[in-house]
Amino acid sequence: MSGDAKVTERPPAELDASEESEPEDAGEPGGTEVPSAHDLLSLPALAGVVSGIVRGQLVVHPSRESYVAVVDALRRAGFALCSDLCAVDYLRHLDREVLPGVEPERFEVVVNLTSITRAERLRIRVQVPERDPRLPTLFGVYPGTEAMEREAYDMFGIVFDGHPDMTRILMPDDWEGHPLRKDYSVGRVPVQFKEAPGPR
Amino acid sequence: MSEPTAPAPAGQPTEPAEGDWAEHDSAVLRLPDGLVFDSDDLDVEFGEDETMIINMGPQHPSTHGVLRIMMELEGETVLRSKPVIGYLHTGMEKTGEELTYVQGATNVTRMDYLSPLHNELVYSLATEELLGIEVPPRATWIRMLMCELNRISSHVMWTATNGMDLASTSMMIYGFREREMILSFFEKTTGLRMNHDYIRPGGVAADLPDGWEDDVAAIIDTIPGRVDEYDELLTGQPIFRERCEGVGIISPEVALALGATGPILRASGVAWDLRQAMPYLYYDQVDFDVIAGTVGDTFDRYAVRLNEIRESCRIVAQILDKLPPGDYRSQDKKVTPPPRARIDESMEALIHHFKIFTRGFEVPAGEAYAAVESPRGELGCYLVSDGTNKPYRLHVRAPSFVNLQSLPALLRGGLIADAIAIISSVDPVMGEVDR
Amino acid sequence: MGLEDLQHNFLTGQLEELVKWARRSSVWPATFGLACCAIEMMAAGAADFDLARFGMEVFRASPRQADLMIVAGRVSQKMAPVLRHVYDQMVEPKWVISMGVCASSGGMFNNYAIVQGVDQIVPVDVYAPGCPPSPQTLIHAILTLHEKIRTGELTRRPEEGVGEGIHVAEPVPGWVQPQASPVHLGTPR
Repeated sequence: MSGDAKVTERPPAELDASEESEPEDAGEPGGTEVPSAHDLLSLPALAGVVSGIVRGQLVVHPSRESYVAVVDALRRAGFALCSDLCAVDYLRHLDREVLPGVEPERFEVVVNLTSITRAERLRIRVQVPERDPRLPTLFGVYPGTEAMEREAYDMFGIVFDGHPDMTRILMPDDWEGHPLRKDYSVGRVPVQFKEAPGPR
Repeated sequence: MSEPTAPAPAGQPTEPAEGDWAEHDSAVLRLPDGLVFDSDDLDVEFGEDETMIINMGPQHPSTHGVLRIMMELEGETVLRSKPVIGYLHTGMEKTGEELTYVQGATNVTRMDYLSPLHNELVYSLATEELLGIEVPPRATWIRMLMCELNRISSHVMWTATNGMDLASTSMMIYGFREREMILSFFEKTTGLRMNHDYIRPGGVAADLPDGWEDDVAAIIDTIPGRVDEYDELLTGQPIFRERCEGVGIISPEVALALGATGPILRASGVAWDLRQAMPYLYYDQVDFDVIAGTVGDTFDRYAVRLNEIRESCRIVAQILDKLPPGDYRSQDKKVTPPPRARIDESMEALIHHFKIFTRGFEVPAGEAYAAVESPRGELGCYLVSDGTNKPYRLHVRAPSFVNLQSLPALLRGGLIADAIAIISSVDPVMGEVDR
Repeated sequence: MGLEDLQHNFLTGQLEELVKWARRSSVWPATFGLACCAIEMMAAGAADFDLARFGMEVFRASPRQADLMIVAGRVSQKMAPVLRHVYDQMVEPKWVISMGVCASSGGMFNNYAIVQGVDQIVPVDVYAPGCPPSPQTLIHAILTLHEKIRTGELTRRPEEGVGEGIHVAEPVPGWVQPQASPVHLGTPR
């Protein structure tokens, strides 16, 4: 596997330039005027937090320490629905390029928030190191993350501190290993007449 | 842009007070070790007896698949409950990392097996966002047509199983009769009755067959009349109403905090439908209403789904008029194989076809989150690509997985018989819950 | 106890035919719908592909009252013990139809999470391929089973008894080919 994985984010130097051009992108096809997501960057909790724009959508990269505060501030700013919380294992791309100011780690927890009032989405990506795979829970901010965090624990082994029930949810309780990690094999059983390794 | 003509929607959610959620409204049953619960907002009398924990499922005639619910009962009243899932975990997200983008739709389509076309659609939308390609208009309209028909068949199926759970076996038989009409159209168009693998990145797999207008017109001529019959059969029946009205009420703030979307959220009053609020495909060019309820009980969820069938019939009627001629898939050679006839004539076409179906195509590195409104709520797909021909991470945000978290809040304080009605009204599809 | 022990003469031969007719005309399935195949199983029981004409529209929830377990759908690692438990609760004579490719062989999901064929857990009488098999395929499988009941193939069991001794770690002599290697469930190698 050659090359680094480039996540297509413009570095913050371009952020100022893009802010002027953003408002027309942020308008909804239906024609209602929706304020740009960038006034969110003026929230005090987001000061100093690295962020970027990916295809017109704001992506915020808080540190582990500021993570819950950032999410809570965004919830108060109108992002009432936590659409999704998942984890990604970047074992094969540990040296990937992320925005300056962000240390890439093995695991990333990605939270997608939706604002009903603004009809907008926002993404939050936190880096979680392999030697200490812990992250504070969002259960106090969004109770709906309970099952999603349990799935991230089950599949990746990321422990969410403060979660009321940090147990496996999809695999049997006595299962060993975390299946969606990249160093866990698919578990393919050899099939007669089909020695090829892939699932084709 | 149509306004939602909902019966007095409860409107925008208010900002919640600090610390409200965890104490009161999540009420999730922890592993039993000193059973404590807060009784202040329950108006149920309970004596000094021990509570009993019973287990419902995973093999049970009305748990809509392999859902296991542990309920703490005081007599017949449910105090706390805990859904236990994982009995259908298939490792689809792991399998998705081993399949190329061309094969990926076969995998995701089996997640929510009652609305497989929506799974394929959201996967294709996420892939196309990363690829940066445009899908031709006809392909988009065909996708809309198939997805709306799928919504009708899913809601009809729900009405059938819901009726059966509430002891109306005739509803089961009637519902499947309607579903067969739509499934035979699907079989004609896609080749399969279920799990079609029809919507692929770049467009759809094949054009609509000749005579499709007649089939679709027959469907939308018959179904609204039948829906009126179901209305009379169920809504007009006092026992059904008794079992559903006032049962399993959820407020909009709690529903939003627990991440519930789809009919659960709409029935509680928040008229949030992705087709209208954040339109994808060409939903901004068709006229339809978003159905929202007032009370947020089981009856409202039933009414929302029933009326959504009517709205989907309306959309399909408009698509019948608006569908333009054209290509049914993108002409971008990178994603689309050549027409089958050319394989015999041209070596390049043969090689191109071979490469697409064995190796697939590479998708530029990046991440994308695409979401559609499936019959159960917001179905999202978070796709991370590292520039190869297989996804690096495929995560599907399944609406039923998140909706099941509202089950403890819904079941609290009700009877076991209500529990059946409530679980049925949440409409979980275990394929997408467990993936 | 049962047909197998009867000494065959004219009268018991007729009796056996009667019993086999009764058994195949009223096979009651147990509800074991797991995934997509369950929907097609329900469709087979509904009006368009009526199972009631074969005496099978009554899907019994209690395994004690059921004769046939149609394993409809993919069996995950967590569900496998439950499947065996329900099978054990069924009373003899009992049959199993493995519906769909996921139940027959693991299907398209050859991975850590899915049992590669439900015959690792319970003995299967008829396999119905398809993903999902259409209701016509399922009805064909059911009629094949009825045919097997009629010819009495299924009442000739090996001495060990149905399902007994079938253990994922070792093959049962006489039931499984001795050279087949057992598949280990659990964490992959």
